[in-house]
Amino acid sequence: MTTLLKVQGVCKAFGGLQALSSCSLNVEKGTIAGLIGPNGSGKTTLFNVITGYVKPDGGSVAFADQDITGAHSNKVFALGIGRTFQITRIFARLSVLENMLVATQRDESWLRGLTRSKSSKSEVAAAMEWLDFVGIARLAALSAGSLSFGQRKLLELAYILVADPDVILLDEPAGGVNLTLINEIAEKIRVLNKSGKTFLIVEHNMEFVMNLCDNVTVMHQGADLVTGTPAEVRSNPLVLDAYLGGSDVDDAEEAS
Amino acid sequence: MSRLKYGWWLPVLAVFVVFPLVEKNPTYTTIGVFALIFMGCATSWNMFSGYSGYINLGAAVFYGTGAYTMALLSNHLHVPGSGDQFWLVPVGGLVAMIVAVPFGLIALRVRRHTFVVITIAIFFVVQLSAINFSFTGGTSGLSLPLIPWLETNFNTPFYYIALGIVIFATLLSFAVRRSRFGLQLLAIRDDEDRASGLGVKVFAVKLTGFTLSAFAIGMCGALYAVFIGQIYPQFVFDPLFDISIALMAIFGGLGTLVGPLLGALVLESMQQYLTLQFSSSSLYLVIFGALFLVIVLFMPQGVVVYVRDLWTRHSLASDDDSTPMDPALSGSTSA
Repeated sequence: MTTLLKVQGVCKAFGGLQALSSCSLNVEKGTIAGLIGPNGSGKTTLFNVITGYVKPDGGSVAFADQDITGAHSNKVFALGIGRTFQITRIFARLSVLENMLVATQRDESWLRGLTRSKSSKSEVAAAMEWLDFVGIARLAALSAGSLSFGQRKLLELAYILVADPDVILLDEPAGGVNLTLINEIAEKIRVLNKSGKTFLIVEHNMEFVMNLCDNVTVMHQGADLVTGTPAEVRSNPLVLDAYLGGSDVDDAEEAS
Repeated sequence: MSRLKYGWWLPVLAVFVVFPLVEKNPTYTTIGVFALIFMGCATSWNMFSGYSGYINLGAAVFYGTGAYTMALLSNHLHVPGSGDQFWLVPVGGLVAMIVAVPFGLIALRVRRHTFVVITIAIFFVVQLSAINFSFTGGTSGLSLPLIPWLETNFNTPFYYIALGIVIFATLLSFAVRRSRFGLQLLAIRDDEDRASGLGVKVFAVKLTGFTLSAFAIGMCGALYAVFIGQIYPQFVFDPLFDISIALMAIFGGLGTLVGPLLGALVLESMQQYLTLQFSSSSLYLVIFGALFLVIVLFMPQGVVVYVRDLWTRHSLASDDDSTPMDPALSGSTSA
């Protein structure tokens, strides 16, 4: 198995706050990797470092043996790493279909955009196909701002997919979403994973993570604490300490 | 559908073409020239600021650059006061674009309010330079070669060239809106970081849009210089120009195609007319204030958007076939 995404010793401080201190992480090709940890443990900051929104103070990020440390976010996307945000970010005043079209160009030159129309037939077809995949194709003509929270999550997933990235980073895909949709999203992720997509998922919903992921990394105070299969992680005393501050073990097992 | 949507452009254009043939009074054709100049500027300004949301309050830099380019070139190249000067109008636009590149490189590094403040600051730097450099003639400005045309027909060529610039700016704005580039500008307006994360080269796109918008504004400035015959730094680099074209676009509808055209036509004609009628040139400001109060209170997105929404609601109400949208998608919570 080859390592697709390799994070080594990444550090990042915001003023006096050490958000990441020597954090390392490997994501194998074709797997679903989970990233969990208490609030403020640096999960989203790590996402931001990987996808080029935040420049790390130290350490390196490599994607498919190519160094992408500090690369600009549009370049990271063009290489094949797509991400969603914890608080969904869509283009509220564009239509759902236009939202999809923004992502279709991936590594097109910016000058090309001046001379071509908004979309080609095949791009619209691909966009509609992915909208259909997540189940919101009939909303394509609506303005994205009128979508509900759950629909926005689906749209965000769909416009990542339209660019056909190799790795998809999901920041709390199940956050603030009801149970039916959580299961639906989990099912989509499984289907996509079978078709060869690699995932890295940040999530607080333990059931979601434990059922879905092949590997789970636990972060604590800006560093990776433990990495292993869901079963290994669940029984690791270090993890329980990190999450519950060393409180009763029985409670933790019930919660998981 | 598309015929209904675009079919009204032609009659409107016909009215603009016929206007100077019917109206021979130079007082009113002068108003026409000024209205067209501002329509071109507002449309071109909107093509960047309206689509991208980056409100540029330094567009007078482009206008003044176009005007000074025209004045300096016609003087130094000894272009006689005749129609020959009109060939330099596009040159004014090109020089404005060249000036827009360093301007954009500095200002586009920051966003929103900071961007607005930076554009104002750069504007004043340029205005002060125009006042203090010797090649600009300082505060006494520059005279252009006198055009020995009869008063009765003097305005007509200016009117049609200005109309040509307006058509060009409108077509360019339309083309940009239809292009992938325009979609990227709109995406930047809604969420720049997200756009970047979807592969949009945001800085290159912004700088291109900014530079492109300078072209028509620079041409308008160059035409204005020939029309007026004498330019002064405080009138071609005019803070009121910056605010006027922004207000015109906002009045009609920011980010719409027709909005800036309508806003500039109404506001500039009104201003010119009121100034002529009541000679006290500040009365128009009172009326403008009242007008904007109405716009902000009742049509915050501009006249065009307001009318379009009314129309959509009207046609939805009369259309029985309209399929109701499913209120909720399976498993999604409310927004």
